[in-house]
Amino acid sequence: MVVAVAVFGALIGLYISVWATQLPGAVTAPTSGSGSTKSANLTLETVAAVGPVYSPEHPDWVSYLVQSHGHWVHSTIFTLPAHSLVHVTIYQYDGDSGLRNPFLAEVEGTVGGVMTVDGKTMRAINPDDASHTFVVPQLGVFVPLVGVSSTAKNPCSYAPCGLSFDHHTITFTFRTGKKGRYRWQCFVPCAAGTLFDFGGPMQTLGYMDGFLDVV
Amino acid sequence: MSTSAASVAVPQQPLWRRLIGFNLLTAVLLGIGGYYLGWFLGHQVTGASYYYQPEVDESDVSLLLAYVLGVVGFLAGLGFLNYPAARLLGRPPSLREKEGHGWTRYLGLCTDHKVVGIQYLLGIGFFLFIAALNAMLIRVELLNPTPTFVGPNQYLSLVGMHGTMMMGMMTSGILGPFANYFVPLMIGARRMAFPRIEALTFWLLMAAGFILTSTIFFGGFPTGWTGYEPLNDQAVMGMDSYIIFFALVGVSMALLGLNMIATIVTMRAPGLTWSRLPIFCWSVIATSALMVLAAPTLIATLLMAAFDRTISTSFFVTAGGGSSYLFENLFWFFGHPEVYVLALPGFGIVLELLPVFVRKPLWGYRLAVAGMLGVSLLSFFVWQHHLFVSGINADLKPFYILSTEIISVPTGFIFLCVMGTLWKGKATFTVPMLFCLAWAFNFLVGGMSGVVLSDAPTDTDLHGSFFVMAHFHYTIVGGLIFAFFGAIYYWVPKMTGLRFNARLAKIHFWTMFIFFNTTFMPLFILGIKGMPRRVVTYATDLVPLNRWVSINAFLLGASMLVFIANAVYSLVLVRRPSEANPWRSKSLEWQTPTPVPVNNFETIPVIDSDPYDYGIPVGGHTGEPVPAGG
Amino acid sequence: MSEPNHFRRLMLLWILASVIATPLVVVLLGPLLSPGTGSVQASGHQTDTTVLAGVATPVLLLVVLYLAYAVTFFRQEPGGVLEGPAIRSDARVQTWWIVITSTLVLALAAFGTVELVGDGAGAGEGPNPAFVPSGKKLQVQVIAQEWAFTYRYPSYGGIETPHLVIPVDTTIEFHVTSLDVIHSFWAYQLGVKADANPQVDNVAFVKPTKEESFSIRCSELCGIWHGYMFDTGHVVSPAAFQAWIKQQQAVFAPVVHDLPPYATTYAPEPSGRGS
Repeated sequence: MVVAVAVFGALIGLYISVWATQLPGAVTAPTSGSGSTKSANLTLETVAAVGPVYSPEHPDWVSYLVQSHGHWVHSTIFTLPAHSLVHVTIYQYDGDSGLRNPFLAEVEGTVGGVMTVDGKTMRAINPDDASHTFVVPQLGVFVPLVGVSSTAKNPCSYAPCGLSFDHHTITFTFRTGKKGRYRWQCFVPCAAGTLFDFGGPMQTLGYMDGFLDVV
Repeated sequence: MSTSAASVAVPQQPLWRRLIGFNLLTAVLLGIGGYYLGWFLGHQVTGASYYYQPEVDESDVSLLLAYVLGVVGFLAGLGFLNYPAARLLGRPPSLREKEGHGWTRYLGLCTDHKVVGIQYLLGIGFFLFIAALNAMLIRVELLNPTPTFVGPNQYLSLVGMHGTMMMGMMTSGILGPFANYFVPLMIGARRMAFPRIEALTFWLLMAAGFILTSTIFFGGFPTGWTGYEPLNDQAVMGMDSYIIFFALVGVSMALLGLNMIATIVTMRAPGLTWSRLPIFCWSVIATSALMVLAAPTLIATLLMAAFDRTISTSFFVTAGGGSSYLFENLFWFFGHPEVYVLALPGFGIVLELLPVFVRKPLWGYRLAVAGMLGVSLLSFFVWQHHLFVSGINADLKPFYILSTEIISVPTGFIFLCVMGTLWKGKATFTVPMLFCLAWAFNFLVGGMSGVVLSDAPTDTDLHGSFFVMAHFHYTIVGGLIFAFFGAIYYWVPKMTGLRFNARLAKIHFWTMFIFFNTTFMPLFILGIKGMPRRVVTYATDLVPLNRWVSINAFLLGASMLVFIANAVYSLVLVRRPSEANPWRSKSLEWQTPTPVPVNNFETIPVIDSDPYDYGIPVGGHTGEPVPAGG
Repeated sequence: MSEPNHFRRLMLLWILASVIATPLVVVLLGPLLSPGTGSVQASGHQTDTTVLAGVATPVLLLVVLYLAYAVTFFRQEPGGVLEGPAIRSDARVQTWWIVITSTLVLALAAFGTVELVGDGAGAGEGPNPAFVPSGKKLQVQVIAQEWAFTYRYPSYGGIETPHLVIPVDTTIEFHVTSLDVIHSFWAYQLGVKADANPQVDNVAFVKPTKEESFSIRCSELCGIWHGYMFDTGHVVSPAAFQAWIKQQQAVFAPVVHDLPPYATTYAPEPSGRGS
């Protein structure tokens, strides 16, 4: 009887610690400057499949990864400084699937209301060319990420993807405000096989959704 | 597993020999085997490879088949297929009960309704503990206005698991343990009408509970207990656990209700006319009618949802010609009778216990029966009040406002009977009595908040908010769970022959009652202030109120631990025997010896009055001592 | 020893308590029980809730006072084993109870219906609304998708915007629809709630009466970010509204030609399960 209770207690402990409270680890974006000139650099990549190394349970799911200390980490929780400029660079390796709401193909909420794609400044893309989006609704930031063409010669299949594979480089800057935990998500349906392609990785923290911990 | 006859000492078989046979171990092994068989067949059907696939359709077939065959294997291992197989092979029908002795009877298929009652009590108690644990985790998360403790996926799964487990388990929460144990005793029968089906309902529920808990290995489910489409369709594999859980619960409910109706209708002792039937048995009939009629709708709806998820039908997917409204209506057509399945047994318990503790007959017996049957009938006509803002044809709304308001009239009859029974009584405030009085207060608050919600204009503000949460927690927890504990403290001395520690019991009652109200009363305010349900983040000005609720919820959980401590202390460690009839009840079940013999009664009694023969006869036109119910 | 007249005592206690408590509830608590008076519909809700609270107070008091009274006076002496009087029923009491509760309940149902049919009470009424307020209406479409609301104004060229701004003292005709799963558009201070169903046009009416900001929350579980599907809307003067619309038209000019033509429902690809 005592053994049964102990085993049961251990199972509850495991349930809470391993399953219920499981969150991807937060990655801090490197900052520079201070006070009103404080800024941070956030480097992300989006890949068609995260691969068995980063995710043994969902190797075929699309995912974002974040760069930390020179290598790619599978996390979507980023720590950013408050009241600062955040310079974001996204290496986009995935093919396009198109936006369900074409309205989201326009850039909003960034400094200047623009982004650069492979060096060219743009305010909007063709909605059918969208592969992912980086959207922080609470900050009003909407950035569509253009997809790698389906006729590309050298697409990257599993993360981590190096710059030698076909990709687009998208950069933009936005300003953080007060401290808090803000959520961000992708709006392009990229979970093939689920209803509206919006299941699976689209609804799981660590893949197509995450948090900005503004501290 | 049989044991030897009393006087001849037969050498015990070695342990490994005794473990072979139709028992729980075999059931678990065959269940696991069935699970992998189903998984294998599912992959054969869809051609996928064996490791986890992101293509949700294919894995769903495998998981659904795995669960179904696992349950079949589990039931076969317990021995449920033995009797049907024997009959198919031409063997004669048999009423052979398991005549085994000892605690091992409780671990397998036992056709003694008293054993099934205790199995239910322990099994449901176990899963209620797990569901309550999930509730504590939810409240830990809601201490902070942003998700810091659990991620948003896990939070939704916690919310869904808590609600689904509680709803599934508590539908049989009173009928399972107490109706199974006491209905035959109350009506003077030796057994239930279908003893094997009775045992089946229990083991189906246990398999279901296990399956729901296993959702955590498949990603959880994001829909909450209502399982709305099309989010249901979009969800990962963990949704299938929900579907199978509720399907099994539906089957269990329907069979349980069927068994109750058949037993009460056909197996009453001579002289037990309908007007002498204990009010608890009437509540069982009213509940069972709902179970039998509503549960099949749920099962069919879940089957459609499973088809949508696996073979790409479009029952609920608008693009394919289906409708999300279809699910909402089908679900709530089941869902509303379901909540009366939860409420009615509470009515029955309270009305059954009050006469014993005020030493007066039940007041308004016929009115109480009319109230229960009225609630039962009307519960099928109100379900669209869950859909007031969903875009149903607005012309329907006045009808559903009316029907929902009207259902409070028969509910009011129950309150009048409670008040009438208390009138000029000589009440002793034992713990079961305290739980009955607390029920009256809690269900009053819950019921009145229901009247507020039935008004479509106010429902516009309150639908989908914490006000609704407070409403149903007051009626289900404040109503049903309080009646559940009242029944436990009342009847466990009969079931076990042991007494609870009175001081711990009183501490349990008072802490539970106080912390229940301090936890759930503020939820009305949170709803009025605009906090939606099932959210992992909320407005910062609601932080103090949420923190207050969470802390009181932890204290409420602690009060449950007091109960568990009392149960372990009194029933396992100390085991002080109770008197034969500690409450001096005149009800038939208390006239049997403790422990109740296997066949209940030596000779079937002949009944000549109802069980409420208390009180000093009074003259005058009110209360002529009429033998058969007023 | 004569028994005190419990019935008279209880009635006196109850009437006294109700006479004191009901006005307090109606006057002090009533305004706090609803989102306020930000719109005609919200004010209607406040009236409704106040009436319900006023009716509920005596009912609650009746049962609670009775229970308290019973617990105090109808009790066994410590250690006693007396029995109470064997009263099983009282036809008069039952009849009065049935008549009073039925009347009360029917009156409440009628009252609720009257409040509802005037202008729909801010609730979603489906594609063919039955309770339509009179007068000119401004159509605003609310598009719910996983997991944000966007808004389109058909009378301004079908422009789509990420935030909701509406003019004061104008009847707004919300057309709420979803692109994917079931969501629900809940504008708290306006007293509007309408579910967003895929390929269904759910119409709700509201006439805001105060220039204020209001919180918008999704109130139907729609997936991982259901709790984060919130926004702040604004009620502004008609002039400010016109200026805002013009500004939005300029800001979103690059994407206007990509938008589908305004319709009451949309079925963008993938509308089923993509392969």
